[in-house]
Amino acid sequence: MGAKVVTVTSGKGGVGKTTTTANLGVALARMDKKVVVIDADIGLRNLDVVMGLENRIVYDLVDVIEGRCKLRQAMIKHKQFPELYLIPAAQTRDKSAVSPSDMIQLTDQLRNEFDFILIDSPAGIERGFRNAVAAADEVLIVTNPEVSAVRDADRIIGLLEAENKGPGQLILNRVKSDMVKKGEMLSADDVTDILAIRLIGIVPEDEGVIPASNSGNPVTLNENSRAGAAFRDIARRLMGENIPLVPVEENGGFLKRLSRLFAGSSNGS
Amino acid sequence: MRGEQTVAIKGVQDGLLVTISPTEEWSVLTTELSAKIDQQASFYSGARVTLDAGERPVPKDQLMGLKALLERRGIILWAVSTESQTTIDAAIALDLRTSNVTAQPSARAETYDDGVASTFSNVDEDGTTGIMIRRTLRSGRIVRSQGHVVVFGDVNPGAEIIAGGDVIVWGRLSGNVHAGANGDENAVVCALDMIPTQLRIAGHITTSPDEKRRKPRPETAFIRDHRIVVDQWK
Ligand SMILES: Nc1ncnc2c1ncn2[C@@H]1O[C@H](COP(=O)(O)OP(=O)(O)OP(=O)(O)O)[C@@H](O)[C@H]1O
Ligand SMILES: [Mg+2]
Repeated sequence: MGAKVVTVTSGKGGVGKTTTTANLGVALARMDKKVVVIDADIGLRNLDVVMGLENRIVYDLVDVIEGRCKLRQAMIKHKQFPELYLIPAAQTRDKSAVSPSDMIQLTDQLRNEFDFILIDSPAGIERGFRNAVAAADEVLIVTNPEVSAVRDADRIIGLLEAENKGPGQLILNRVKSDMVKKGEMLSADDVTDILAIRLIGIVPEDEGVIPASNSGNPVTLNENSRAGAAFRDIARRLMGENIPLVPVEENGGFLKRLSRLFAGSSNGS
Repeated sequence: MRGEQTVAIKGVQDGLLVTISPTEEWSVLTTELSAKIDQQASFYSGARVTLDAGERPVPKDQLMGLKALLERRGIILWAVSTESQTTIDAAIALDLRTSNVTAQPSARAETYDDGVASTFSNVDEDGTTGIMIRRTLRSGRIVRSQGHVVVFGDVNPGAEIIAGGDVIVWGRLSGNVHAGANGDENAVVCALDMIPTQLRIAGHITTSPDEKRRKPRPETAFIRDHRIVVDQWK
């Protein structure tokens, strides 16, 4: 079989990595995929909270890596989906407890039994980021339509390219369409024009996200939530389905712009 | 005169490579390295360095001292290439990247050279040494060359090019660029779409107007009457 290891990362903090990981995990599990989500944000764990599994934690990622428990013992089964598991992060402050090769070994042990292994990253570009992407087959970069978040995403894409993990696919989170229409917020086109990578999903700002996360029921479980629907679409795209991105015109970045530029000049208009 | 260099600094693809002698005394190495950097302080500042320590065992306190020495000069030590387990342990303890294969800087530096390599010295024209980068420079990326820099791709906001000679961007230039960084007022900057965050030529500096983006067109920037002017690139 062989799972696909998907790492969710961003550079800038607070843009929605954990929300994305939890929702994609649940959305994939709902479509009968076997899924493990791993919280690689050592010291600041919260994927367990967002997935409503906080009170079931006995062992964590560092316990597995340091041999204090078996891998199975640290895998917490989801309440609703029996084939969805969480491996929580440790609360220890020592981030050097985990290395990139630990992550590769850990995911290798899981690859045969699952369809997807989703890894939630810490913010930043330090060791935690390198741990989170070490095992990735595919990287999802979450950003918000803000100049600073896009700048950090660009940085991350550059680092991924340097590690031969790039360029990754982009999730644009917290888009407010009314503000985009008024020209007060970057549009998906503006963002892909700079980053020049494939956009795999656009998630609207949605008031339902925070209460859903607080109650441990990721918003995608709510059929009526727009953000939830966006996460379901991303999950299907990850499975290889061809779901069109609704309003966004495909934007090819540098080379397409080049040809546009030359097309323009030969018209001589 | 000295037969073998105790410290060598070389531009490679992703920054600088500092190679140190395996036998020379540590204090001599650090003194020499500081002196070399201080000669061209502004050129090196902001660079990231890979240390090639070869077989030399570098204990943690020495490596920490070296890291601090570089940091005081605005240089980041981020990776260590070594064959010594002591050095690997020290690097890991300081959260630096390691590779325990002998570095092959020349192989990795396919497109990036500091422009003074000997392979260039017998090309036809004077002053045409330089580097070619065949991809988009993303935020955080800094490229330095004593010669010219040609980028086939974009230069994104947050990326930076510092060149002793000209800078040519076959794409959109929206990051920072400094041409003629050693004072050459004849240096030029060309781009297919010129909207740099900041553009410098020799000692002059300008920024892009805030106006809403017009249709991109190829432009060239140069110095005329002691200021930077931008004109259509013909
Ligand atoms: N589409 C959305 N609509 C509304 N709120 C959102 C949306 N996405 C995320 N949020 C909220 O934004 C906050 C940050 O999200 P989240 O914790 O997922 O970010 P993160 O990238 O994991 O942060 P960190 O870098 O701290 O790990 C949370 O309160 C979350 O509920
Ligand atoms: Mg998080």
